[in-house]
Amino acid sequence: MIARWLHPGAWWLWSLSLAAAASQTTNPLLLALLIGSAVIVVASRKPQAPWGKSFNFFLFLGAMIITIRVLFQLIFGAGMGTTILIELPGISLPDWMNGLRVGGSVTLEALLGAFYDGLRIATIAIVIGAANSLASPTRLLKAIPTAFYELGVSIVVALTFIPQLTADAERIREMRRLRGRNTQGIRGFTSLGLPVLAGALDRSIILAESMDSRGYGRHRKESAVGRRISIGLVLTSLSLAIIGLYALLTASVSAMISFLILGTGVLLGGVTLWRAGLTRVRTVYRPDTWALPESLVSTAGLCVLGIFLIAHSQVGQALVLTPELNNWPALPLWGLIAFTVACTPALSSPRPPDLNSDADAELRVGVRT
Amino acid sequence: MIRFDNVTFRYSTEAEPVLRNLNQEIPAGELALLLGATGSGKTTFLRAINGLVPHFTGGHLAGVVSVNGRSTQEHQPRELADLVGFVPQDPVSGFVTDLVEDELAYSMECLGVSPSVMRRRVEEILDLLGLTQLRTRPLRTLSGGQQQRVAIGSVLTAQPLVLVLDEPTSALDPGAAEEVLASLHRLVHDLGITVVLAEHRLERVMQYCDSILLLEGGEISSGLPSELMQTSPIAPPVIHLGRLAGWDPLPISIRDARRAAPPLRALLADHSPAVHAVSAQTQQIASLRKLHFAYGNQSVLRGVDLDLDAGEITALMGRNGAGKSTLLRVLVGLKEPLKGSVRINGVDPRALPASDVLRHVGFVPQEPHDLFGALSVGAECKASDVDARCALGTTRALLALMAPEVCDPTHPRDLSEGQQMLLALCLIVAAKPPLLLLDEPTRGLDYPTKKKLGEVLRGLAQSGHSILLATHDVELVAELATRVVIMGDGEIVASGPTPAVITESPMFAPQVSKILAPERWITVEQIAHALEEEPA
Repeated sequence: MIARWLHPGAWWLWSLSLAAAASQTTNPLLLALLIGSAVIVVASRKPQAPWGKSFNFFLFLGAMIITIRVLFQLIFGAGMGTTILIELPGISLPDWMNGLRVGGSVTLEALLGAFYDGLRIATIAIVIGAANSLASPTRLLKAIPTAFYELGVSIVVALTFIPQLTADAERIREMRRLRGRNTQGIRGFTSLGLPVLAGALDRSIILAESMDSRGYGRHRKESAVGRRISIGLVLTSLSLAIIGLYALLTASVSAMISFLILGTGVLLGGVTLWRAGLTRVRTVYRPDTWALPESLVSTAGLCVLGIFLIAHSQVGQALVLTPELNNWPALPLWGLIAFTVACTPALSSPRPPDLNSDADAELRVGVRT
Repeated sequence: MIRFDNVTFRYSTEAEPVLRNLNQEIPAGELALLLGATGSGKTTFLRAINGLVPHFTGGHLAGVVSVNGRSTQEHQPRELADLVGFVPQDPVSGFVTDLVEDELAYSMECLGVSPSVMRRRVEEILDLLGLTQLRTRPLRTLSGGQQQRVAIGSVLTAQPLVLVLDEPTSALDPGAAEEVLASLHRLVHDLGITVVLAEHRLERVMQYCDSILLLEGGEISSGLPSELMQTSPIAPPVIHLGRLAGWDPLPISIRDARRAAPPLRALLADHSPAVHAVSAQTQQIASLRKLHFAYGNQSVLRGVDLDLDAGEITALMGRNGAGKSTLLRVLVGLKEPLKGSVRINGVDPRALPASDVLRHVGFVPQEPHDLFGALSVGAECKASDVDARCALGTTRALLALMAPEVCDPTHPRDLSEGQQMLLALCLIVAAKPPLLLLDEPTRGLDYPTKKKLGEVLRGLAQSGHSILLATHDVELVAELATRVVIMGDGEIVASGPTPAVITESPMFAPQVSKILAPERWITVEQIAHALEEEPA
């Protein structure tokens, strides 16, 4: 297969499906398999570009999430289960803080439950991190409908700040060492906060200026009548959607009618967005194409999600998805199948273009001749 | 094309206006150079052209700034994007996308240019600025000069009538700067674009400009370069030489100066340039032996041998990416060499604990504010006394000597670039490291500040420090360095006393040496000295 960029939408669809699948279970074996598939795919299809390096950060983030979740359980957790591991000195809280507990006995079940729960959140973070390093988030912007463009930009800017922040922190740590300071330990870590934040703020202002002076956010002027129609549409669609949802959830009228109201609201919302898109003047340069590999990658993700959803609907699988804390969790055959499917993008997607070596070689030849 | 009508501008935090009653017109097709000392309001002036001042900065603007009849009062910067291309000082922070091609297309996408036109214009700009080879590269992997050209290209694709650039060559090596300026020259000639640019390194840009705008105390004066340069306090060496020799009309370019030079050559024939006195007995401070370094599989340093002696100011030159910064980082122990040895007074800097490094080697980084961590200058100095384990007040006293105008309560980031550099230097020098390393110390500094930094560094060298500075500033090197080391592709390609090395290289020769070659005069000061001895 010729090296090229895969449509970023395909990577994000794959990873969001995996994230949705992860949210269906607390089984640590299934979660570990999902993380494993993300690691395998990233390892084989990560580009040699700056954004390709952010995956390690997300792995670290995952580890942090689990640690914090378990620590909280240790300190504030409610006492469930019977296998007591250690007794911490407890503090009795006043009556009005009923249900909260500080310290006390720590049980194996409570810790295990916290670990499972933390692992689930960590998995979601890691598979999203996989998409972040496989596809540059700024490329995803091209595929976003114009009405959502501004929202997309703010998310993308936030995402691209993560690798820059880690680079900044690293650089400032180096500089601390130059001033003869200790850069290890908690104090070394916390003293980084202010300079890194100041740098990030400076940079975001420069970026905002640069975007504005290059025409970001230009739109056509809307006529007064057009504006009134837009406002009317927004209000109507929102109220219909809320009424529909309310009716559906409280079952006060028949489901048919509630769906009808909700549907009309959503439809009108779509019209509003489409009209909002009309006032934008944006066009797209060389949009990414969607070919067979894109379909294969996104289908793989959707299949994994499908398998998890089917399992979720089966009564017999309930204990597999949320295993009991006093038994070793089960690993069903469908879990292994889902893992295999989740890994297929490592083969079915094209390699990313080799950015550094080729171009440099080309340049060096150019210089020498 | 650009009109300033009675413009006064004041930042909301300051009492005094930055710009006062400016009336100025810049005609279409002109390349105008904006001059002024640090803090004279150059950046404010440039940003007022496309409305970033006051729409983004706040503050109070009276009067009208208009471009091609469109006033910034009624139009936001984004509504001027098709008219004014603005290239900020640091192009990297202004990049919106990841890849060269996408960045070039970004402005057009925002303006709603049709896809087929976009495709054509991107190709044209790639050719015009020589970026074809780089079209699919991530922006962050490009060199400084390439990034600057992409930044210019990315605003050009919108086909603006005006191009505004804030110090486009300050981070570039002489070669890359030539490249960027040549591109600008071509744009002015081929496309008739009006260009306004601010630059501290006048020696690089003076010859290209049609007119000069001089900002002083919030007021502006404008004129032809040859007129304004007669009296301007800010001038490149070629002008100083012209004034000294009494040439009329005052030559602006090296070529004109060379044609006016024969009488001066005759006068100087019996003199030889005074060279920096180097003390006979030198004490070796640092030595590098067969040093290799690589990032991943990319080799950066290949077998570098270098000795640094006390009392010497060594300049490390070479194009962007030649390995200069890496060499400094290896010397200070931030990077571990692949092979070879680093010894500073016989000690390997990597073997030292963090708290001892500063007593052997000090490093002032390219972005001096990376060193700062405190909320005020006073606190920063106190922290530095603790770091350097010296008597309380040492750093503050040093700073008072180098930059008396800096006050204690100011936030370090609010200082001007020159003051930041001097503060960073004080923080490092307080511990008296025998070896002092500086990475690109004159970036963004004006001539007076540069002169001051030069004096400070010369004083430090005389008191026994060995100084190594990585720089692109050839005029600084000519005035300051006792020795020059030129790097290329990770190896040392030339090393020796300053006059010998820089007069031999066309790329790194200062203006004076270009004019008077093959004689080894390198600074105006030397010539002034020689002429004083001449009986009248």
